[in-house]
This record gives sequence, structure tokens and C-alpha cells, in this order.
Amino acid sequence: MNRRAVVYAALLVVAAGAGCGSQRGAGGSRTLNWYVFNEPGGAYDAAVSRCNRQARGRYRINYVRLPTDANQQRELLVRRLAAKDPSVDIAGLDVVWTAEFAQAGWIRPWTGPRRAQAIRGRLQGPLRTVEYRGKIWAVPFTTNTQLLWYRKDRVPPPASDITWNRLIDQASRQGKAIEEQGNQYEGLTVWVNALVEGAGSSIVDQRGQVRLDPATTRRAAEVIRRLATSRAAPPGLATNKEDEARLGFESGRSNYALNYTFIYASAGEKKGFQPKIGWARYPRTVAGRPSRPPLGGINLGIGAYTRQPALAYDAALCLAQPANQVIAAEKGGLPPTSETVYRDPGVRKAFPFSELLRTSIQDGGPRPVAPAYGDISLAIQKSFHPESQIEVTAVVSRLRERLAKAAQGRIF
Amino acid sequence: MEAARIGAPPAGARPAGLTERSRGERRLAWALCAPAVITMVLVTGYPIGYALYLSLQRLDLRFPTERRFVGLSNYLDVLTSSTWWEDVWNTTVITVLSVGLELVLGMAIALVMHRAIFGRGPVRAAILIPYGVVTVVAAFAWRYAFDPASGFVQGLPFVSDTAAPLTERWGSFAVIILTEVWKTTPFMALLLLAGLALVPDELHEAAKVDGANAFQRFFRITLPLMRPAILVALLFRTLDAFRVFDTVFIQTQGANGTETVSILGYNVLINRVNLGLGSAVSVLIFIFVLLIAFFFVRVLGTSTAQQRGEA
Repeated sequence: MNRRAVVYAALLVVAAGAGCGSQRGAGGSRTLNWYVFNEPGGAYDAAVSRCNRQARGRYRINYVRLPTDANQQRELLVRRLAAKDPSVDIAGLDVVWTAEFAQAGWIRPWTGPRRAQAIRGRLQGPLRTVEYRGKIWAVPFTTNTQLLWYRKDRVPPPASDITWNRLIDQASRQGKAIEEQGNQYEGLTVWVNALVEGAGSSIVDQRGQVRLDPATTRRAAEVIRRLATSRAAPPGLATNKEDEARLGFESGRSNYALNYTFIYASAGEKKGFQPKIGWARYPRTVAGRPSRPPLGGINLGIGAYTRQPALAYDAALCLAQPANQVIAAEKGGLPPTSETVYRDPGVRKAFPFSELLRTSIQDGGPRPVAPAYGDISLAIQKSFHPESQIEVTAVVSRLRERLAKAAQGRIF
Repeated sequence: MEAARIGAPPAGARPAGLTERSRGERRLAWALCAPAVITMVLVTGYPIGYALYLSLQRLDLRFPTERRFVGLSNYLDVLTSSTWWEDVWNTTVITVLSVGLELVLGMAIALVMHRAIFGRGPVRAAILIPYGVVTVVAAFAWRYAFDPASGFVQGLPFVSDTAAPLTERWGSFAVIILTEVWKTTPFMALLLLAGLALVPDELHEAAKVDGANAFQRFFRITLPLMRPAILVALLFRTLDAFRVFDTVFIQTQGANGTETVSILGYNVLINRVNLGLGSAVSVLIFIFVLLIAFFFVRVLGTSTAQQRGEA
């Protein structure tokens, strides 16, 4: 472990040197920097070495590791790109950054045959996260979604069309909690957005303008408040992030959890727990309308100031190829964006629920694709927290007021 | 005679009136100070000046083409927003309560350390441990301690098993203030201990002979003589507490109505990458800190002058 840390540190130093100085490696091949979060399972390392082999000396990808926290990744990338740093050749972008980076001119659009290659065979959900103003801005690499996890040793499988209200009723009767992410952070926006999308609306329209339909927004607020004030509210709902919620689910205090696929892998590390959990599709906001599960994941964008865009596009396509998605699923537990990859035996083994995963991602409701996404998310978080004190009748006007101030670049 | 002239030249006196030697000394003094002054200007003056410059512009990194000079409108926007004043209030609550508690506890600990007869070294070292803990680590430790899923606090007697203080406002304030007090009371105690060491034992003995009891000696002798040390300690801690960021960021991220001015600055500068507006927030925080410092230095200045007059 220690030796690995030393190697990483050395790599970082080398990377920094490569970034500042020569663009050409020792062997005459060109170095491309890929800024992306540090994937602990080794999946990204494997993808990099596969592409470096396949490139046969045309380029050499250098994996520059960013922190695992999405906000910190964005901070570091924004600082570099706002300063026109040419060392950012390929950037691993969280699905919600596309519009911001595109609008600011920090990433290049995908056109022609490369565009066709980037979107071919990809699932609808992830594709919606790389589109902004009619253009494609990145190639989808890995994705993620939330499933409804339940204790199959205690409760029957939830109906496939179960609504949030019925789920809350059931859990309340059982006297057990439903784990959700209610801290004032991005996870709360994920929840609100899934509920609004599930009610048949969107927080922003196709052009990135805030729409905020009053009825559906209120509906989302009702559901959240209802859970927070019911017997099914986990203690500390208002402070839970993904990992606290996972711990809560594993502690046995809850029968249900809405969370990402790492729940399954984690359950494998707790003796005898994995066989106890089942999975179902994300609950509906309203009866009669299929749910729109949350979408996460990483897209690969091309830095606007790279000195070798042609190679960078090729390398990004190589990194996002199906074979690397299989490795990402097996080693990192990261669901693929290409439809065919879900039939791969390795992926099916990593995700026994791969069919549910595929349809959930296909139908996933992306978070707002808007240049001021950070503002929108912050305004949502402030308006829906703490959950037990949401004033359902006032939430729309409060949120609207904050979003208007955000749009004018004012304090809110 | 010579020294007096250099120290306080009469009004209107020209430097030419100085001797060759004292002019040389003055040049040498400037030359010796210059590296420090230049370094200070570079590392503090430049960023402050640049922040002032940025705060007068509309500058959002996400919309680089919309950059323009807007005068004081960013300041106007901050000062007329209810969020800013709520945050100033939250920050004041945290500052006043945490510094107040630290002063009382710090004084008690300082007295213990001062009077400790045996094991002086271990006692002082033990008391200083919390101050050696990184603030972020301390903040996490207390957050987890109060977390309903993993914390030990809920397991204590007289505490509800489902208590979740960090999910509501005053509970959050309590945990934040507790963390701050736990972490920085040793610092307060150390500064106060230095002040205690200045109180001569003879005065206490004289008072004892005159029949003063322990309370009278503490309030009539110890406290007045320690006043400069207390004020310095209060000044340092108040300036620190007003800029509180790490503890709040880790424990609530400003949720439940605990957002402080520094969290607001972080949200605008780092999350919204609105450099113009964010710089205005930073400059306003700087001005508040200056005002606090000014207030304390004035109080401190008069009190020490009084003491000198009395002595």
C-alpha cells in the first residue's frame, strides 16, 4: 500500500513535469493528460494501459488523479481551464458539468464521424447528459443510478410500480426506516430532481432555462416532507450522505434504501448480508407514470486549450470503448454506458441486477443541464432542507426567488 | 539627548537637522526592514489589492464574456441581501458563545496549570492536546460522535437514542460551539497562563495579610492585573472565531441556518465561481475583522495606558 502511494506520488510529479514542459515523451510519442478522479479499483489504470498499447506510440495517456469528492474535482478542473491550461487534454467530467463547461468554452464540441462514434450504441440516459444546445460535448464513459434496495429476508419484494407514498406507508407500518440522502449537498438535489422528473416535469427546459413547474415541484416537496415526518424517516435523515445511509441500511434499522450500486458490493464485505438484500426499480412519484431514476457517472470531454485535439479525441474514444467499460464494471463497480456491454458475462456477474440497471439508466432523468448548474443545485438544497420543515406551499416561491437571484449573479 | 531628538523630533523639524550618523542609521534601518516589508507587500498586499479590484467587477468564470466594471454594485448586492445579514448573525452567535465559554474555561485551566504543584509538565501537555489536533479532524470526530448511526453520544445516559442534534438549528450551533471550545480553549488557557505569571505573589500575600478571601483576591488583584493578557487572548480568539470555516463546513456545510460569512464566501467564490461577488464578500469579511481588531486595540490601548497611569 505504502509503496503504491510512493509510486502515485512519483507519477504525479512526472505528470506535473509533463504538463508544464515538453508535450513529447521520450520515445517521440505525445503525452496526453487525462484528469479524472482517482478510481481505487484499478479500472482506470487498466483502461489507460490498454489504450497506450493500442495507440502503438501515437500517443501516451497520462492518468492525472483528482480527489474522489466531485466538488473538489470540479474546483481543480475549473481553476486550470479558467486559466487556459493547455495540459488538460482529456477531462473526466461529472454528468452535471457539461453545460457549465460548454458554455464557458472550456471543452470542445464533438462533430462529424467522431460525434457519431461517441454516441453510437449508448443508452439514452447518459446521452442526455452530454447534450447541450443541440451539440454533443463529451463521450459517455461510465454511469450510475439508484435502485430501491430492500431486505428480502424481512419484507416481500416491492411491487414493480410502487409509488413513494405506498413505500412510505409500508415502511411506517413495519416500523423500519427508508434510507435516503438528505444532507444539504448534491445528493439532496439528486433526490429532488428524480421526484420532479418522475412527476413528468423538469427543473430546466431544453435550452437550460429554469422552468420549475409549480405542481410537480410541490409534489416532490410533499413526498420528501412526508418521508421526513413519518415513522419511516431514518434518524439523521437531514445529515445523511451516501455512506451514512449505507451504514444505516447495514445496521438493520431500515428495510429499504435508495442508493447507488455500491450498496451491493459493500454488502458483500459484511458477512452474510449480501444474500439478504434484494433490488427493485426506483419508486414512482405519481401512480401511473414510470419513475425516472437518478443518473450519475463520468463523461470524457476534450480540453479547449489542448495542443493536440485530434489525438485527444481519439484517446477519449479509446478510453470509453466497451472493453474498458467491462473492466470499469468488474473492477470499479461502475455501470457501463453502452447498451451491448450489459450482455457481457463479466458485467452480469458484477451486477446480478444488470437488466434492471440497464432499463433504469435508459429511463434515467438527468439533473438540470444548465450552465449555472452549481447555483441551481445550491438553491434547491437550501429550499428543501431541513426536510421535516419544508413548507410545501411556500417551497416553489422560495426556490423561484433564489433561482432568480442566482440567474442575476446575486447573493441568495 | 541625541536619542530623544531622534525618537521624537519637534514638529516641523527637517531631517537635515539630523547628524550624519543618525541619518546613516535611519538608512540602515530602512534597508534592514526592506526585505520584510517587500515580502509582506507581495504576499499580503497584492492579494488584498487584487481582491479589491475583482470586487468592483462583474466577473463570473462561467460567463467570461460578460466581464465588466460595475463599481460598488457587488457590495450593494451583498449588503442588501438578507442572506448576508443572517450569516453575520450566525457568525456572531458562534463567536460570542464560543469565545465566552473559552474565556471562562481557559481561565480555570490556566489557574490549574499555574497552581499545579506536581506533574506540571504532564498536566500542561495533556491540556494542550486538543489544540494540536487538526481542526478538520476534530470537526469530523465530533460530527461522528453525534451521528445517530455511528456516534457514542446517543448511547450515554439521559440522551435520547435517536437524538440527532446536527439536523436542527440550535443543536447544530451547540455541536459547532462545543467543537470550537474543545479545540481552542487550550490556546486561550496558554495565553492566560502567561498573564497569570505576571501577577506578583507579593500582592497576593499582602492582600491575604489584609484579610482578603480567595474571591476578593481573584477579582481585585488577579483579574485587573491580567487585563492586557485577557484582552490579547480575546482579540486573537474573536478574530479567529469570526472567520470560522472548517468546523461549520465539515459538520453542517451551513445547513439548518448555521451558514457563516466564510461559508457564504466559499459558496460564491468556489461553488458559483463568481469572483466579483465572492471578492466583495471576502473584502467585507476583512473589513469586519478590521473593525473587531480596531475595537479591541482601542479598548486594550486605553486600559494599558490607565494601568501605567495607576502604577
